[in-house]
Amino acid sequence: MSAPIHIQPGETFTLNVGPQHPATHGVLRVKLEMDGEYIVHSETVLGYIHRMHELMGENRTYPQVLPNLSRMDYLGALGYTHGHVLAIERAAGIEVPERAEYIRAITVELNRIASHLFWFGAFVMDLGGFTPLMYAIEDREYILDILERVTGSRLTYCYYRFGGLYNDIDDEFVPATKALIPRMRESLKKYDALVTGNIILQKRLKDIGPLSKELCRKYGATGPVARGSGIDFDVRKNEPYSVYPEFDFDVPVYHECDSFARYKVRMDEMEQSLRIIEQGLEKLPDGPIMPEKKPKLIKPPAGDYYQAVETARGSFGIRIVSDGGKNAYRFKLRSPTYSNMHLFDEACEGMLIMDALALMGSLDLVIPEIDR
Amino acid sequence: MSLTLLNAIIAVVIAIGFAALNAAYLVWAERRGAGRIQRRPGPNVNGPLGLLQPLADGAKLMTKQLIIPGGADKALFMVAPVLAMAPAIMSFVTIPFSDVIVARSMDLGVLMIFAFASLGSMSILFAGWGSRNKYGVMASVRAVSQAISYEVPMLITVITIVMMTGSMNLHDLATSQAGGFWHWNIIPSLTSPLMPVSFLIFFICSLAETNRAPFDLGEAESELVAGFHTEYGSMGFGLFFMGEYANIVIGASLITILFLGGWGCPFGLFPSVFWFLLKIYLLIATFIWIRWTFPRTTIYGLLNLSWKILIPISLFNLLLTAGLLKVF
Repeated sequence: MSAPIHIQPGETFTLNVGPQHPATHGVLRVKLEMDGEYIVHSETVLGYIHRMHELMGENRTYPQVLPNLSRMDYLGALGYTHGHVLAIERAAGIEVPERAEYIRAITVELNRIASHLFWFGAFVMDLGGFTPLMYAIEDREYILDILERVTGSRLTYCYYRFGGLYNDIDDEFVPATKALIPRMRESLKKYDALVTGNIILQKRLKDIGPLSKELCRKYGATGPVARGSGIDFDVRKNEPYSVYPEFDFDVPVYHECDSFARYKVRMDEMEQSLRIIEQGLEKLPDGPIMPEKKPKLIKPPAGDYYQAVETARGSFGIRIVSDGGKNAYRFKLRSPTYSNMHLFDEACEGMLIMDALALMGSLDLVIPEIDR
Repeated sequence: MSLTLLNAIIAVVIAIGFAALNAAYLVWAERRGAGRIQRRPGPNVNGPLGLLQPLADGAKLMTKQLIIPGGADKALFMVAPVLAMAPAIMSFVTIPFSDVIVARSMDLGVLMIFAFASLGSMSILFAGWGSRNKYGVMASVRAVSQAISYEVPMLITVITIVMMTGSMNLHDLATSQAGGFWHWNIIPSLTSPLMPVSFLIFFICSLAETNRAPFDLGEAESELVAGFHTEYGSMGFGLFFMGEYANIVIGASLITILFLGGWGCPFGLFPSVFWFLLKIYLLIATFIWIRWTFPRTTIYGLLNLSWKILIPISLFNLLLTAGLLKVF
């Protein structure tokens, strides 16, 4: 149904979706040139929530930038701080104790599940089903409670430190996380029964919003968006970091290229994250959470450093150019949603607005992370 | 003469009261039901079980300023909410709640209700066009195409039933099914073996006619903000809301009368208004349940369902019933 249509010039009108619109989940503005319900041309306009995190990264010392990274993506904040500390540790040559690495991996995966859960709810709400959001939030609350116990906050975590962690996990973290795993597996089954099998949902997602492999490559899409288009790329597998090589997990890849494939990728990823958490809890070693020898002042030697991590939304890269001082000379962030979003302009041409907004929902956009 | 006028006024007052009360408390029921489905309490602060919530909402809506957006077509903008509510109330006049409780029993009752139901889509068109909002225009065009395509299978189904009964009077339609649930139209009989299918078609069409999820394309909030009532605040919005719920009651009443034996008891004993209300509220509970379970369909999925599936089936059913009526 989303085949391009031919229209006469002068018959279109401009529709401003956003910056305040329920479908954009934030302050993204999409200028749509419409012919009735069909989109002729689309233009995404950014910058409504730009906060200059990159400039702040150059003006402040390295530890001072720590909290900034979690303000980028309010749903999967731990993944971004993880990338930051890994980059600085690599640059400054700081050894990280194994226990800290395991706790990082477990908490990042918990955060990934929480992020995907919220996406799941919001996506189905975009499609008009409100109830799954409530179910997803209930499960997400449970995860946030666990994370709150160890990190002290619920959304904008600042838990990781250069070399380790802010504090060790408490006695209740392990049992609570162990209890979460069967609970989440039950929930995933429930979501499948309630949502995935629903015929209306399948009709709205299958073969709708095609993003070809070439398009994904062209715009540099990563994460579930690329994996839903048959690109088998996951930083955790392809450029392993931290303790991820120790874990046995699969990278779900679907070749259908439609919105449903992206939906399935994220649903499967939650199960894979559970597997990682399960193994991490089993292997969790004892020991310190901070290295014994750690420089008082973080001053990476002059050089160019890059670290990529797999966040809930895709490959997040952080590039630090150091001139040997207390501040970074250049602090560049590569946020996954920025690339993923720019697919939209090209992909949605000729689509109905309903399908286009379903496609936008399947990209899992978090606007503060695009604008930084 | 004056007595009939008085009767008419009393009937209208009761109809308005019934419609308003239902609209107010169905909103409450919907929110409580949604809360139950979504594992949250729902409104529970104002009064016991939140029962005073509709009053508080009404007071809030009535005290708000009525804003007419600049450049809007004032006349259409003001007339649309009234047009949403008035036909719904008028339809109550001819609905028989029991053997005796009916404001005005009309020989063309079914036709009248459908005529007024069609006026409802007029109000949506006016609202969308009058408010000079692109979302509103898109939503109203959607809602009208939806209303047109779903009235067709609905009316074909009604014709099937009218053919079997031989009357368009709602009272006669209900009494023809008196005495136990095995006489109801929903149960397949020798002359109309496809009646359960007809019931399903009529039920789906009622959902679509009242703009309820999963067919609430006219107010699809994820793409069209709030659809045709985006620009409405205050009691203008309130009237749309009440009109929607009044339409739901009418839809449920029609289903009850056409398929579920009206005010008849399932076991043929003590037919009364109690059974009628029980049936319509059970149907409304189903509407609420469906709304909070399913995602929304697409506009082409919706039109395809009507033109490619529902209309052919209902036409086939009409022909089949006509043929079988001739044979037996």
